Amino acid sequence: MATVAIASGRLSRAPLRHTAPILLVAPLALYMAAFYALPLASMLLRSIADPTWTMENYRRLAGDAVFLHVFGTTLRTALIVTLGALAFGYPVALALSRLRQGAATLVLIIVLLPFWTSVLVRSYAWMVLLGRKGLVNEALIATGLIDAPLKLLNTPFAVHIAMIHILLPYMILPIASVLRQIDGALLRAAAGLGAPPRRVFLQVVLPLSIPGVAAGVLLVFVLSLGFYITPALVGGPRDLMLSMLIAQQVDLLNWPYAACLSTALLAATLLLILVSLRLPGVRDVLRTATR
Amino acid sequence: MDGTALPATGQAQALHGASVVLSGIEKRFDNVGAVRGISLDILSGEFITLLGPSGSGKTTTLMMIAGFETPDAGDITIDRRSVVALPPYRRNIGMVFQNYALFPHLTVADNIGFPLKQRGVDRATRARLVAESLDLVRLPGYQARYPRQLSGGQQQRVALARSIVFHPRLLLMDEPLGALDKQLRESLQLEMRRLHADLGITFVYVTHDQEEALTMSDRVAVMNEGLIAQVGTPEDLYDRPCDRFVASFIGESNFLPGVVRGNEDGMVVADCGGATLRAVARIRHAPGEAVTLAARPERVHFAGVQDDRIRRNRMAATIAEIVFAGERRRYLCQCEGGVSIVLKEASSAEIRPRVVGERVELAWSAADTVIV
Amino acid sequence: MTGRIAFALCWILVLAFLALPILIVAALSFSSASYLTFPPPGFGVRWYRAYLGSSEWLASTWLSFAVAACVVVLATILGTLASLGLARLPRAMQAAFGALILSPLIVPGIVVAIGIYYVFARYRLVGTPVGLVLAHTCLAVPFVVTSVSASLAGLDRRLEQAALSLGATPWGTFRQVTLPLIRPSVFVGALFAFITSFDELIVALFLSGSGAITLPRRMWDDLRFAIDPTIAAVSTLTIVLAAALLGGAHILRQQQIGRQIGTTDG
Repeated sequence: MATVAIASGRLSRAPLRHTAPILLVAPLALYMAAFYALPLASMLLRSIADPTWTMENYRRLAGDAVFLHVFGTTLRTALIVTLGALAFGYPVALALSRLRQGAATLVLIIVLLPFWTSVLVRSYAWMVLLGRKGLVNEALIATGLIDAPLKLLNTPFAVHIAMIHILLPYMILPIASVLRQIDGALLRAAAGLGAPPRRVFLQVVLPLSIPGVAAGVLLVFVLSLGFYITPALVGGPRDLMLSMLIAQQVDLLNWPYAACLSTALLAATLLLILVSLRLPGVRDVLRTATR
Repeated sequence: MDGTALPATGQAQALHGASVVLSGIEKRFDNVGAVRGISLDILSGEFITLLGPSGSGKTTTLMMIAGFETPDAGDITIDRRSVVALPPYRRNIGMVFQNYALFPHLTVADNIGFPLKQRGVDRATRARLVAESLDLVRLPGYQARYPRQLSGGQQQRVALARSIVFHPRLLLMDEPLGALDKQLRESLQLEMRRLHADLGITFVYVTHDQEEALTMSDRVAVMNEGLIAQVGTPEDLYDRPCDRFVASFIGESNFLPGVVRGNEDGMVVADCGGATLRAVARIRHAPGEAVTLAARPERVHFAGVQDDRIRRNRMAATIAEIVFAGERRRYLCQCEGGVSIVLKEASSAEIRPRVVGERVELAWSAADTVIV
Repeated sequence: MTGRIAFALCWILVLAFLALPILIVAALSFSSASYLTFPPPGFGVRWYRAYLGSSEWLASTWLSFAVAACVVVLATILGTLASLGLARLPRAMQAAFGALILSPLIVPGIVVAIGIYYVFARYRLVGTPVGLVLAHTCLAVPFVVTSVSASLAGLDRRLEQAALSLGATPWGTFRQVTLPLIRPSVFVGALFAFITSFDELIVALFLSGSGAITLPRRMWDDLRFAIDPTIAAVSTLTIVLAAALLGGAHILRQQQIGRQIGTTDG
């Protein structure tokens, strides 16, 4: 009995080490495969297997005016939103890293609360603010700056401002996380060596915060590419984003085209992420910022 | 399961320690050999230390005895029964970890009672045994504290109490004093010796601190690069190191290159930098063979007046450097053949101070010289 | 000096930009007017009353809670088990499984939604709460896995080894040592899973059909017709809920940090 146990113990030594962990991961992995990965894959396959194996859909995509226009709008929107979020977010991140404990916590709450308020509610808030009789127009008329209400809602501007509002925390948190790790002694050393605050910022703080900026830019840009709810609610009918075009095609039951567009969106997203993860420091920032 | 059964009570412990035999055990991590074939007989009731630098395989060896690592080859028996296929929780071995590994969410009493609870000991007995073991480690009344409320030394004692409360016959310790300061370490070393004497069980202790190993152990196994370099009593290892690694890892040694001239009265005679030296050898060395002689700095003296013993090794030298280190002075002497010898001398007002550049004659006993 | 004031003004304005829209929605929800106007002519709770008096709104709220509760159970169990396994796997396998499990965080929502819709429609899961639960769990699981994995990474493996050496079986070790030490982060993951499901809209747009209309889905439908203050009231309630859960998560995280400091002590 004992010898049998020993013998079997020896034979199965190496493989057995990973069996138990795999059994723990297996339920989730199978679940994700069944209800997420395989559905996604089978949908995406429609782009090359409808009705027979073909690359025709993709070939058409290159010359498709609608697609090119929508793709352009999507990229432009993502770019504007990213730059806007960077301009708005950097000062807050800097403040967050410099404030005392109590004040910093308060700022963090203000940054995080919208983070966990649903995108829908925040988009709705901007509908209220930017409407024809919305708060912004009322305020502008009350102060006499304009006579007639401006058309703000259902414009690219509304999309940009609402998306910046929604994505701002994704920019602030990684930058703040990097800024907080900058050794205070470094700043005192720079100041001690005679650098005025502006120079300390430009020559020490800013270069050191680049990985955080890169991570923030990546997150905001990637998330912007796939945005759906906000542009659908506050944007105009002519400023379709890629995700809206996809939803539209699904409603029309044009699966091959929708799958084709989805592949394009997914490919752009993954490509950006894979490229950015190769940049120095970005991977670490993303890892710490997600905690 | 009978291996985990608990002896009836904690009265005068009629326990004897477990004997452990390692035969040819090997362990590779990512194809790098961490342990490359170790055989060692650990006797019942002895205090044995695995001593070595980091990466020498001492902790891996301990982990294999405990059952957290499985050897790739070889066998481990405890009381002549192979345990390789036995999971750690069936081995009934006490273990103390480097950082104590006290459960932060449990009180001292629950920490110490943990192994008893696993063995189905009832609440009342548990409380009694916990109190007894706290007395044993001199922390009576600490039951309700949490680990974070204890000092490092106290945590150490609780970890010790927890590892012996279930009366294992073998206790493994992985650098248990590594995180403590020097004074505390020394007092706990004494306490562990006392505990070992009281309990009569087998202790296997891992450390990289040679002084600790020499102070506490019955025997020491010096490990290097996954192999055992030498096993022996502390005196053995210090006086008769078998190779250059052991001679330099345990204490300090002067190494003198020489050429064997012959054997005489069980000693090797060798030429070394113009001098003729005698040394103890474990094996016979053929004339003409190149060897290294080793001698401890504190066993080398300045040749003096009452220096009349016959078997003295002598070498002429010039003092190159003197360092005063409180209890002793340390001299670096340059010998004629180009070798240098370090000499340590107890500092005393009665000793004539020497100066750098002074010509001296060094002398030491042949019995204090070994071939490594 | 002026630079410093300009800087302060700058970030305070951005904070106002972040907070104000949400605060204004909250303020409007207490308006007494029958349409959206600011400042409100008077204050009252008529829109909360309208919400509570509407069986449709309440049914959707109930459905969202029920779906989110099921998602929490599924995602927390599957996610915690997987995290325990991942922590013990070699790096290469960790990366492979991790990529699958965490990918919903980066794959665009619309792609996930139509992919799931494409297959679920075939199995008649559209318009059923079951379909929503199955889909939302995939989106919620990454939050559980990141939270639990982070705390497992900070857990001293020697504590588990100590338990085993003291005679605890692997299951006993998990129950008496590992689980108590990671429990706060399991709860944090569960809270995030809840919020993820409760607020989820894109998948619901495709899967709700006409039979399983969640709260966000009903808000979306209403927004297409009229922006009436009932939505402001509902929004405010969901904000308060999220804030309460977030506060809870924060407290639990502090506990987790406390426990891990406890383990590395000495």
